[in-house]
Amino acid sequence: MENTTKIGMNRTGMQMAPIQGPTQAAYAEAEGPTPADAVALARERSACAAEAGRLGSVPPPGTGRGLLHTAADKLKGHNPEVLLDKLGQRLAYERSGVRLYDAVLAKVQVWSHAGQDALRNDLLAIREDEAAHFQLLAGVVMELGADPTAQTPAADVSAMAALGLVQVVTDPRTTVAQSLEALLTAELTDVACWELLSELARAEGHEAMAERFDGAAGVEARHLDTVRRWLRELLMHEAQ
Amino acid sequence: MGISNNLWDHAGIGLDRQRFTWRDMAGPPISKLDDDAFTRIRVILLNGLELDALRLKHMAARLDASLRVPLAQLRRVEQHQATMINWLLSADHSPLETTIAYEQVAIEVTAAVAQAEPDAYQAQSYRFGLLEDFDHLYRYSALLDRLEGKDANNILQGYTDIVPGRPTAEEHRAPEDDVRHPYRRSQAKPLTKMHATLITASEYQTHDYYMNIGPLFADPVARQLYAEIASIEEQHVTQYGSLQDPDESLLEKLLIHEATEVYTYYSCVEQETNPRIKAMWERFLDYEFGHLAMVSRLFEQHERRDAQEVLGTMMPAPLRFAPQRGFIREVLSKEVPLRALGTAYVPQQEESETTRQARAALNADGSPSEIVAAGYRWMPGTELGRHHAKRS
Repeated sequence: MENTTKIGMNRTGMQMAPIQGPTQAAYAEAEGPTPADAVALARERSACAAEAGRLGSVPPPGTGRGLLHTAADKLKGHNPEVLLDKLGQRLAYERSGVRLYDAVLAKVQVWSHAGQDALRNDLLAIREDEAAHFQLLAGVVMELGADPTAQTPAADVSAMAALGLVQVVTDPRTTVAQSLEALLTAELTDVACWELLSELARAEGHEAMAERFDGAAGVEARHLDTVRRWLRELLMHEAQ
Repeated sequence: MGISNNLWDHAGIGLDRQRFTWRDMAGPPISKLDDDAFTRIRVILLNGLELDALRLKHMAARLDASLRVPLAQLRRVEQHQATMINWLLSADHSPLETTIAYEQVAIEVTAAVAQAEPDAYQAQSYRFGLLEDFDHLYRYSALLDRLEGKDANNILQGYTDIVPGRPTAEEHRAPEDDVRHPYRRSQAKPLTKMHATLITASEYQTHDYYMNIGPLFADPVARQLYAEIASIEEQHVTQYGSLQDPDESLLEKLLIHEATEVYTYYSCVEQETNPRIKAMWERFLDYEFGHLAMVSRLFEQHERRDAQEVLGTMMPAPLRFAPQRGFIREVLSKEVPLRALGTAYVPQQEESETTRQARAALNADGSPSEIVAAGYRWMPGTELGRHHAKRS
C-alpha cells in the first residue's frame, strides 16, 4: 500500500450525492425548525459547570523528608499541590510520549522511502529523550517526597486530550506523514508545557529544579524542529 | 450464479469447519470515507442479529439442560461472527458518528421492513417506531454538529433526511403502553416472524450500545441525551419483542432466529457493493445454512415436528437495502401525531393518564432532546455555514 493519500471514491460530501443530496437539503429547509443559536445547550452546560465537582485530587506527599512541606507551604500562602500536579502531568505525558514514538517507529519500519533510516534514527533519539525526561521527573517527584506512580488530575486531563493522538498513530491505515502530524501536536504542547513547568518551579523557589527543566525544554524544542522538518519534507514530496 | 432461494436446498458448512483466527476476526475495517453507507448499515444490522442469537441461546440454555452443549457450540461460532462483523467499523468513527449510523440502520431497515410486512398491525408497529428513531437521528445530528462540529451527512451520505419526527420528548410512555399484540404462530407468514426477530435484535443492540457509550461522553447534555434515548430504545425492545408470539416454543424461536440470519445474510449477499465484504457475507451465509440445519435437527428431535411447518420452503424476496425517502416522508406527513394506548395506536389526545404522568415526571428537570436541538435546522456542511453566510 502506498504511504500517501490519493483521489478516490470518498462519499461523504454533497457532490457525491447529486440526486439524493439536493432533495435532502430542500426537505430540511422546508421541514426543519426556524434556525436559532444553541442557547439552551450553552445554558445547560454553564449550569452543570457551575455545580460540578472536580476530576479528583493531588495526593499528599507520603514522606516527611521531601523538600516540599505541604502544610508549611500552605501557611506561607503557597499551593505546592499545583507544582505536584503539573509534575505528575509532565511525567505521564513523557511516558505516553515514548509509546507514541514506539507506534510511529513500527510504521516507519515498513515505510519504503529513501529517508527511512534517517527518520527512524531521529525518532529513536527522540524516544530515548522522552524516556529520560520521564525518569528525570520521577526522580524530582520522589525528591519532593511525593509519589511518581500516582495519576494527578493534570495528568488525567492531558491523557484525555492526547487520546486522539494514540488513535491516529496506532491505526495501521494512517500514513507516516499523518502520524508525524500527531507527533507535531504532541511536541507543540510539550515545549509549551516544559517552559511553563520551569517557570512554575522557579516561582516556587526551586531554582535547581527549574534549571534542569530549562534543559529539558531545550531538548523538546529540538524535537519540535525535527518533527516539523520531517513533516514538511514528506508533504512537499507527496505534493510533487 | 445467484443463490437458490429454497431454504432447504443448502446443507451449508458443518460447525467443525467454521473456523476463525484472531487476525481474521480483527481484520481490516471498512472505510468511513469511501465505503457506501449501506455497507455500514449491513455491518451494524448483522452484528445486532448475531448478538441477539447469542442472547436467545443463552436464555434457552438456562431453561433446558439438554440443549446446553449444542447451543454452546453454535454460540462459539456466532460470537466470532459477531466479532468479525463488528470489528469492520473503523476506529475513525467517533462514538457519536457510529450513533448516527445506528439510527440510519433503524430508519432505513425499519422502513424497508414496514413496506414488506404482510401483517397490517405489525406494519403499523414498524411505522410507529420508525418515526421515533427518525427523530433520534435529528437530535443526534444536532449534537454531532454542536459538540464535535461535524456534519451527520458525512455518515448518512445523502440517503436519509435530517428533520424532526415524533418529538423524542413525547416518546416516553408508561410501560403498559409499549406492549403490543403478538402475531399468531399458526397464522403468521414466516416473513412476519423474521421481521419481528430482526428488528427486535437491531433495537436491542442500539439500546446496549447507547448504554455503553453514553457515559463515555464528558458533555453533560450528551450524557443526558444518551440516557434519554437509551430509555426509548428499551421501550422499543419492549414493543418489538412483544410482536412475537409467546406461545412459540423455545426451539421454535431458535429455529426462526436461524432462518432470520439466513435470510438477512442472503439479502446482504444479493446487494453488497464492497467485494471483500460480500465474500464475508457469502462465507457466513454458508455458515448459517449449517446452523439452520443443526437447529432444524434439534427441533425435529425434540418436538417431533417438521421445521418446514414453521418456516415454509422458499425464502422471501430479499430485504431491500436502499433509501426509503419517499415512504418515510409519507409516513411523517400522516403518522407523527399517533400515540400508543395499550396495544392500540390512537390519536394524540387519547393517550393514557399514566403515560402523561410518567412523561411529565421524566421531563420535569428539562428535556435533553429539546435542549440539544433547539433552533437546529440541518444544512449541508453544518449549521455554522448558515451563521457564517449571515454574518459575512
